Amino acid sequence: MGQQGIKDRVAIVGMGCTKFGEHWERSVDDMVIEAAHAAYDSAGIEQDDVDAFWLGTLGSGTSGLTISRPLKIDYKPVTRVENMCASGSEAFRNAAYAVASGAFDLVMAIGVEKLKDSGMSGLVGSPIPDDGTATNITAPASFSLLAPAYAEKYGVDSDTMKDVMTRIAWKNHYNGARNPRAQFQKEVSKETIAGAPLIAGQLGVFDCSGVSDGSAAAILCRAEDAHKYTDNPLYVKALAFTSGPAAGPLDPEYDYTTFNEVARCAADAYEQAGVTNPREEIAMAEVHDCFTPTELVLMEDLGFAERGTAWQEVLDGTFDLDGELPVNPDGGLKSFGHPIGASGLRMLFECWLQLRGEAPEERTIRSIEKGKTLALTHNLGGRPGECVSFASVVGSEIG
Amino acid sequence: MKRGIVGYGAYIPYHRLQRSAIKDALGGGGGRGTRAVASYDEDAVSMAVEAGRHLLRSSETPTPAALYFSSATPPYLDKTNATAIHAALDLPGDVLATDMVGSARSVTGAVSAALHDRRPVLVAAGDVRSGRPGSGDEAALGDAGAAILIGTESQVAGAGAGGDAEVGGAPVIAEWLGGGSATGEFLDRWRQPGWDYSRVWEERFGEAMYGPLVADAVNDAFKSTELSAADVDLAIVSGLHARAIRSAPRSGGISAVPMAEDLTGSIGNAGSVHGLVALCNALDSAQPGQILMLVVLADGCDVMLFRTTDAIADYRPHATVAGQVEEGNDGLAYATFLTWRGFLDREPPRRPDPVPPAAPPSARRSDWKFAFKGSRDRSTGAVHLPPQRVSVKGGAVDDMELVPMANIEGTVATYTIDRLAYSPSPPTIAVVIDFDGGGRFTSELTDADPDEVEIGMRVAMTFRRMLTADGVHNYFWKATPIRH
Repeated sequence: MGQQGIKDRVAIVGMGCTKFGEHWERSVDDMVIEAAHAAYDSAGIEQDDVDAFWLGTLGSGTSGLTISRPLKIDYKPVTRVENMCASGSEAFRNAAYAVASGAFDLVMAIGVEKLKDSGMSGLVGSPIPDDGTATNITAPASFSLLAPAYAEKYGVDSDTMKDVMTRIAWKNHYNGARNPRAQFQKEVSKETIAGAPLIAGQLGVFDCSGVSDGSAAAILCRAEDAHKYTDNPLYVKALAFTSGPAAGPLDPEYDYTTFNEVARCAADAYEQAGVTNPREEIAMAEVHDCFTPTELVLMEDLGFAERGTAWQEVLDGTFDLDGELPVNPDGGLKSFGHPIGASGLRMLFECWLQLRGEAPEERTIRSIEKGKTLALTHNLGGRPGECVSFASVVGSEIG
Repeated sequence: MKRGIVGYGAYIPYHRLQRSAIKDALGGGGGRGTRAVASYDEDAVSMAVEAGRHLLRSSETPTPAALYFSSATPPYLDKTNATAIHAALDLPGDVLATDMVGSARSVTGAVSAALHDRRPVLVAAGDVRSGRPGSGDEAALGDAGAAILIGTESQVAGAGAGGDAEVGGAPVIAEWLGGGSATGEFLDRWRQPGWDYSRVWEERFGEAMYGPLVADAVNDAFKSTELSAADVDLAIVSGLHARAIRSAPRSGGISAVPMAEDLTGSIGNAGSVHGLVALCNALDSAQPGQILMLVVLADGCDVMLFRTTDAIADYRPHATVAGQVEEGNDGLAYATFLTWRGFLDREPPRRPDPVPPAAPPSARRSDWKFAFKGSRDRSTGAVHLPPQRVSVKGGAVDDMELVPMANIEGTVATYTIDRLAYSPSPPTIAVVIDFDGGGRFTSELTDADPDEVEIGMRVAMTFRRMLTADGVHNYFWKATPIRH
């Protein structure tokens, strides 16, 4: 019994990532082909070199055929996984475990989602037949519950809370403006963000991540084989996942200022990776900024700020591109939109670029100059009080 | 053996339309005062449930042997409407629940059937009345629910003859003395199934037809009870034919009898249930020993005579009619009213169409969906909404008891205003409620202004129709601000 972890046993040796956006001209197949072949090229391999595949998608296809058909995979195992907004990360996690087990030498994790073909605003689920008693609120509304609760608990007045949320959106758009793969590649003024029409609670349009299409993929092998493929692999330090009792909506002790799942998941990840002070040791983090209050709360759940202080740290610029601990240097869900199955691997792609010194100069984080070699990716799926959470730590050095 | 009213409750929806708003928008129609408006999430069934809840919370009452739902505007045909009320009021399985619906006379018929029964019978009624924009009906009519429990007070050994005998713990508060009826076949008001509004014949014809029927019914009632107009302390004259109602006291020879407040200036004429609502209002302030006369004009005339007993002095209405009239909000925009009534087809959000609840899970979870029962962990006391089998505290498995939560009030822990969600009347307000004594649920907040919501706000639960999809009405509970 017990979480053993697979620190430094698996390496990432190639990655591909499409541009994210409204790809009216590109299908799921097109995006899968683009991301997969970019990953093969990055690792210097052919598709036939890959022994097994993991696909993460929420609703853009069922079964392994979703990628084996367009890619013409030569009768290999393809596992299709779904874990809400963490589906892409879940593909990565399971692919890594398959390598660590010794079952396969070389595998691919790929995530894809096509949201813009639905014609609807926001995300659209496929309803499971039920008794009609579930409260009908949208994702932005669910996450907006965090804002008044956080403000109330920590004595942050409503205007300051809005400033904090605005600062997070502004920062992520600033980063996205320096990323050619982002859906939105321009800076947005704080005035525009704060003045946008309200969607839910205090959340305006710019407090919500966009809706887009995209795909990203990673090639994984055993750590000792990594240098067959690249001089600069990333090593998997930790893979953590939590799915809990969904107690928040039932239990009055839950106060809507934290994600218990994330706090537990992060603690597990840090233990696996041997990280004792994440604020000091992590060079950058790609976190699940589906809505601005989510990112605020995550800063505390991930141990980047003390409870009740993240709002001040946000305003102080701690998590800016040139800050002490850059968060979402690629622009985050805010700039990329959130094609569900692709997001986790898109986050990993930014770690791939930054830790290997391949990010464009104007987006390069300064924290790696201080010798930091670790990056964190984080996804959550669900809503406050009842979510699944994923966290990984990857690094550019063994040990 | 006294038979009569054991309990009563009325429900007036929160919203009011100022009749002047109709004229402001259309250049005509309208009038003075206000009419009560069922919200977009209310219908005859939900209002009957709320009236029934008021009744059941007013006093200890005997469990009815039968439940009659009555309405001229039933939400379902073929499917029994009364079963949803039966489930929402958490009545035992052996209670007959059936509908007496369709015409304006239905409610009177249901009450008459209850009075002529020997068992405790609950009549729960509701009406949602519409008229075409600019019509007289649109302005004059109103929406409401009412419930009345009829029972027999039997002598208990040792009890004196003074009326302190009880049936199932509750005494008769207004004894039924008798009544009279007259029936006539003529075309006054009619509505084909599916129509949103009624049609009426020239009103002078109806007035002429009702006059003799009223006279016959009143005479019949006085004859059978050996009473006269001079004995009556208060008369309630009700019906949808305003002109005939105005002339009814003269036609019936009861012009000298004091007339009860007719409520039409504030809530409008609530159709088939209006007589019951006015009766509830009269009972709210009645003194022991008063004789009340209910006269209902609908395809004939029905008269019922009641005498209040000493027990009425101890009856404590959970919500009086006057109190509900007072709490109404007359800020409803006419365009919103038209939208709720389906006369204004507004652009929906770019979101998927709502889906109906599925039959099997709705049946499996009837205790939750209709009666709003949670489960309480016997070992830790933790309350779960919806009911769970495994406790969120400690993880005990199948050590739960169902706990009724519909009448428990709560406090808002956090909230949001959802401007994206599909709603027939956006925006949707969602509140996380922590119930007094334990239990949490995230609920829609209804009959509320987005600007008034705050952490710490006190709320109560109310039975509503969440939506209708594929012809299925999704009944469930919402929260509403406690305003008194």
